[in-house]
Amino acid sequence: MAVVTFMSHDGEQHEAPLEEGSSLMQVATNNAIPGIDADCGGEAACGTCHVIVDPAWADKVGRSGPEEEEMLSMNPERQPTSRLSCQVKVCESWDGLTVQLPEFQM
Amino acid sequence: MSSARAVVVGASHAGVQLVTSLRQEGWSGDIVLVGDESVLPYQRPPLSKAYLSGKCSLTELAIRSEGFYLKQGIERVDASVEEVDRSARQVLLSTGDGLSYDALALCTGARPRRLRTPGAELEGVHYLRRSSDVERIREDAIPGRNAVIVGGGYVGLETAASLRALGLDVTVLEAADRVLERVTAPEVSAFFTRIHQEEGVDVRTNASVEALVGDHRIREVVLAGGESVRADLVIIGIGIEPNTELAEAAGLVVDDGILIDAQARTSDPTIVAAGDCTSQDIPRYGRRIRLESVPSAVEQAKVAAATICGKDKEVAALPWFWSDQYDLKLQIAGLNTGYDDIVVSGGPTRDRDFTCYYLRKGEPIAADCVNRPRDFMATKRMLTQGTAVDMAALTAEVAV
Ligand SMILES: Cc1cc2nc3c(=O)[nH]c(=O)nc-3n(C[C@H](O)[C@H](O)[C@H](O)COP(=O)(O)OP(=O)(O)OC[C@H]3O[C@@H](n4cnc5c(N)ncnc54)[C@H](O)[C@@H]3O)c2cc1C
Ligand code: FES
Repeated sequence: MAVVTFMSHDGEQHEAPLEEGSSLMQVATNNAIPGIDADCGGEAACGTCHVIVDPAWADKVGRSGPEEEEMLSMNPERQPTSRLSCQVKVCESWDGLTVQLPEFQM
Repeated sequence: MSSARAVVVGASHAGVQLVTSLRQEGWSGDIVLVGDESVLPYQRPPLSKAYLSGKCSLTELAIRSEGFYLKQGIERVDASVEEVDRSARQVLLSTGDGLSYDALALCTGARPRRLRTPGAELEGVHYLRRSSDVERIREDAIPGRNAVIVGGGYVGLETAASLRALGLDVTVLEAADRVLERVTAPEVSAFFTRIHQEEGVDVRTNASVEALVGDHRIREVVLAGGESVRADLVIIGIGIEPNTELAEAAGLVVDDGILIDAQARTSDPTIVAAGDCTSQDIPRYGRRIRLESVPSAVEQAKVAAATICGKDKEVAALPWFWSDQYDLKLQIAGLNTGYDDIVVSGGPTRDRDFTCYYLRKGEPIAADCVNRPRDFMATKRMLTQGTAVDMAALTAEVAV
């Protein structure tokens, strides 16, 4: 089974199976991954599902769109490969993907 | 000894977050989530938005997948809790069974306030709180029909937008002299009125409903003053009432919501509560508030779970809210209660994006941001961290 690893800011790792067609946010919440709040349930309205994609995976996963950019631009923990995980549809071919969680969701 | 059991009453945003957080905080005993809606717990906000306009299915709205509950060892029980017996530490279910608990959480939420006028029971008169309500509305929402919405709050206005998208003629009746009167500045009300009018909605203010008329099925809405509006269906959105009866009957302190402290404990320290059913002192605002939003339900639920697990956590997050109407995304950071001034950035009388900042004694306390996610995030950050604001920069932008 294809697996994604969520790495907390203090280095704790949590794995979750990649379910084709789900958003990366759903993968996280359906597996009780701490550190993804997803207050708005995936509407790109809250910014509490921020993840930083491993740069090696950034092209595969894709870059943030304009709406996401607006939401992320004010975030102090923002990195070049930051995404709102609710806006990322996952593929089963992404086995081994790693994403970093910020210290705070804001 | 059998393992400890946590029982959570109410399976929606607060209840689902609470069971999730219990596992994350290390609760290793049994968890039973009791809910009376008979469907997999789903997100409520899209009901008046994407779900009403037919853009998504209920399955897509699941807060957590079926597999989540299995994997986390959370038992879901489809029943209503009829009674809490505190001395026996047991809840009684509508199925007739009793369920003992070591820890109990009340997440019973709220229900729509009923319209107390003649005819409110007619066929074709709806409320909007549950997925089953929306399914009934959709059967009635045939293009070309006249829909009348009673109440110009967020739910009413979102419903108006969704029904326009479905091709109905829509009238909004608001008893106050402007829509969103309770929650926004007059400038923001004027903006939403203009947008809805441009989208073809008949927005009537100072319009209080005297009676709903029809034989068997709704035909018209009669206003105070005698005027009447043709109606093939009516949706009533005049606010909510917290579901506190269970708590009250159990002898817990209730005052417009189940009273909880900073750790989400009720007046019985062994029982916690979270979400729309609660009322809590919010230090940031220096008073007791019953918040009605997903983010605060989630925040309180996290705190309640920590309390059950013997950890100390306090509700601290900034209240915030959002609303989608047409192509507009409204995001609200903070609560504007007690504001004495506003600063508007952008052109709410002509454009479809602007921000209205609310100030009290010169300090920003909240902002309504329409199609301006950047302003929203900046305000949320500023209010959360208490960073000083550069009012000059705010006003400079306004001057442009
Ligand atoms: C149409 C609509 C649009 C909204 N839009 C937004 C929005 O854009 N943003 C936002 O933040 N919020 C929005 N809200 C508000 C948001 O949905 C609520 O704040 C949130 O659902 C509160 O969650 P809760 O779990 O506290 O309560 P509820 O969602 O009310 O859930 C309580 C649950 O408990 C069940 N229950 C009650 N009593 C019992 C019992 N005795 N036994 C068993 N089960 C019981 C109820 O049936 C219900 O399923 C909207 C609400 C509606 C109706
Ligand atoms: S879940 Fe709210 S922005 Fe992604």
